[in-house]
Order: sequence, then C-alpha cells, then structure tokens
Amino acid sequence: MASSNSPCAACKFLRRKCQPECAFAPYFPPDQPQKFANVHRIFGASNVTKLLNDLHPHQREDAVNSLAYEAEMRLRDPVYGCVGVISLLQHQLRQLQVDLYCAKSELSRYQNLSINTNHAFVGSESGAVGYQHQQNNNSGSAGVGTRDNSNYYQHHHHHHHHQFFPQQQMVRSFDGGSNYDASLLAMNISASLGQLNQLPAGGGDDRRTVNNPS
Amino acid sequence: MASSSYSNSPCAACKFLRRKCMPDCIFAPYFPPEEPQKFANVHKIFGASNVSKLLNEVQPHQREDAVNSLAYEAEARIKDPVYGCVGAISVLQRQVIRLQKELDATNADLIRYTCNEMTTLHDGRRIGEASSTFSQSPSAYYYPSPWNNDPCAGDAGFHRGGGNHM
Repeated sequence: MASSNSPCAACKFLRRKCQPECAFAPYFPPDQPQKFANVHRIFGASNVTKLLNDLHPHQREDAVNSLAYEAEMRLRDPVYGCVGVISLLQHQLRQLQVDLYCAKSELSRYQNLSINTNHAFVGSESGAVGYQHQQNNNSGSAGVGTRDNSNYYQHHHHHHHHQFFPQQQMVRSFDGGSNYDASLLAMNISASLGQLNQLPAGGGDDRRTVNNPS
Repeated sequence: MASSSYSNSPCAACKFLRRKCMPDCIFAPYFPPEEPQKFANVHKIFGASNVSKLLNEVQPHQREDAVNSLAYEAEARIKDPVYGCVGAISVLQRQVIRLQKELDATNADLIRYTCNEMTTLHDGRRIGEASSTFSQSPSAYYYPSPWNNDPCAGDAGFHRGGGNHM
C-alpha cells in the first residue's frame, strides 16, 4: 500500500512533508494549487484546520469548497467579497419580482381582453340584431357595439397601466433567507438595495483562540 | 496630556488580543469596544493578522464596508460552519433561476397573446406597448455558482447591476 506520491496542494504550498494522515490532502489535490493558496491567504491554514476539525468527515468537502468560494470572491472583491454577490443577487431577485408582477398583470389584462372580446362577439351579434330591430322600430340606441367596448378597453388599459409600478409589499413578500437579508440591511452596504430589516441579535462563540494564521 | 485626545478605552480588537491600543491601531475605527463579538467572530474565522492585511489592501474609505462584510461572513460561518454565507448565495441563485423561468414562461404567453391580437385587432400600436415587458431582466447570471453542478454555473453574461467585480 503506497500513499500518494505527490504532496497535496497544501503541503506543497507550506513546503512540508505530506503525511498519510494529512487533514488537507483529501480536499486540496495537487492539481488545484490555487484553491489552497486562496483559502490560506484569506482564512489561514490553521483556521481552516480548526474549522474542519469541528465538522463531521462527510461535511468537510462541502465546507472546504464553500471556503474556497468565499476566498475566491474575497480576492476578486476585497471590500465586499461574497456579501457583494449576495447583494447583487438580492437586487436581481427584486427586479425579477417586479418584472414578473408586470408581466403577469399584462397577461391577465390580455386574458381578460380575450374573454371580453369573445363575449363582445356574441353580444355584438345580438346587439346588432337588436339595433337593427330597434332601428326598424324607432331611432334606437347604439346597442352593445364593439366601438363602445373598445373605449372600455382603452380606459381599462390606462387604468391598469398605473397599477404596474412595483408594490413594496409585493417585493418584501418574496424575500428568502430572511436572516441574511436582515444582516445585509444592517450593514448598509449599498443605498440602492431599498427597504431592509434590522439585524437580528447574532450569537457567536465566546471562545478565545490564539491567532496563528500561518 | 496628548493621550487625552485619544480614546481611553482600547478597541475591541486590542481588548481581545490583550494588547495596548495604540493611536494608529488599524482596528480601532472599526471594532469599537462596545461590540466585542464582532471582532471575536472575525478573529475566529479569519484571524487578526489576515484581517489587518486585508484592511491594508483597501482604501481607507472602503475599510468600514470591508470590515462589515467580513463580520457578516464570519457570523454566517459560525452559524453554519459547513456553508457559511455561501448557503445564502445558493438559495438566492435558485430563487433567481426559478423566477427567471417563470418570467420567461409568462413572456412566452404574452407573445402568444400579442401575436393573436395583432392578427385580429386594428389598433396594433397599443399591443406593441406590451413588448417593453419582454426584455426587462437579464437571463444570464454574472457570478459563478459555488457548486459545479449548478445549471447556472459558468454563465458570464453581462449583468446590469454592475459592481466592482472582475
């Protein structure tokens, strides 16, 4: 039985012998040197070791991958890191909500238009008959007439158009991950995010650790 | 008497690290003594020296936001040691995908209606106003997915949100 011939990316980076029981080896293969370099730069190898030791073995791969993602985002954007991604996604989500609301409103308008058009066709035939019938009798009224219906639809079109602007309540109801939303709002990262909630009281670990980032 | 012009109380970082809080302490403006948990979290996840390096790499006017975003990430990681704030990103990306699909379906229905209307109604101008609904949101996602098997991974389309990434 031979252990891996090549040291893992972590041991290669740290210039140390890669032991068979190396905690990093399963998650930092030698062909992905940048992954460990990023994680080490942002979190530090010893912090990563402590984090991994607190997890079950089956959780560690996901944990390493999420740390690698966070590290990469922080290196791309040193000010906001992953939080910038969250902000942007929330903004995108809100815009989609508004667009969907508008599109659905427009769709229901057309659906109503289609229903009423069908009714109008039915009505206009009888109305036309009635009109002709009435005209035969007296000067008569205009009857149902499609022209009156067009004016009706135009009026309702303008009326509904004013209702297409986003409702604040509608936007708020689609928020998911409310804890993360609330925290972001309290951070006041970007004024363009709109309405936000208050940061919930966060718990944390009061354990003190000696800092050994390298 | 010179010291009276500086804060008497050490910042949360120096208190935690049990060291003298100097006037030029890089942590002091962002880790006030009344928020000890903030530094404790950041120190636990990132480490004080990493935070110091990160702060030195950004402009002074950006440091407050940088610290706050680090504090947010640290808190998220403590609450969820496996995924941290990346869990929120996954959730949001799935929601965006879901809503985008729904919007695409609704727009497709609208196109069908307007095509039908154009062939039956005389006033085509009013129907054309609906076309502004069709191209509202980008359908590509700017950021890579945290997980390789996510369907939106790798899309590099333009995102109108802008931001200072890449």
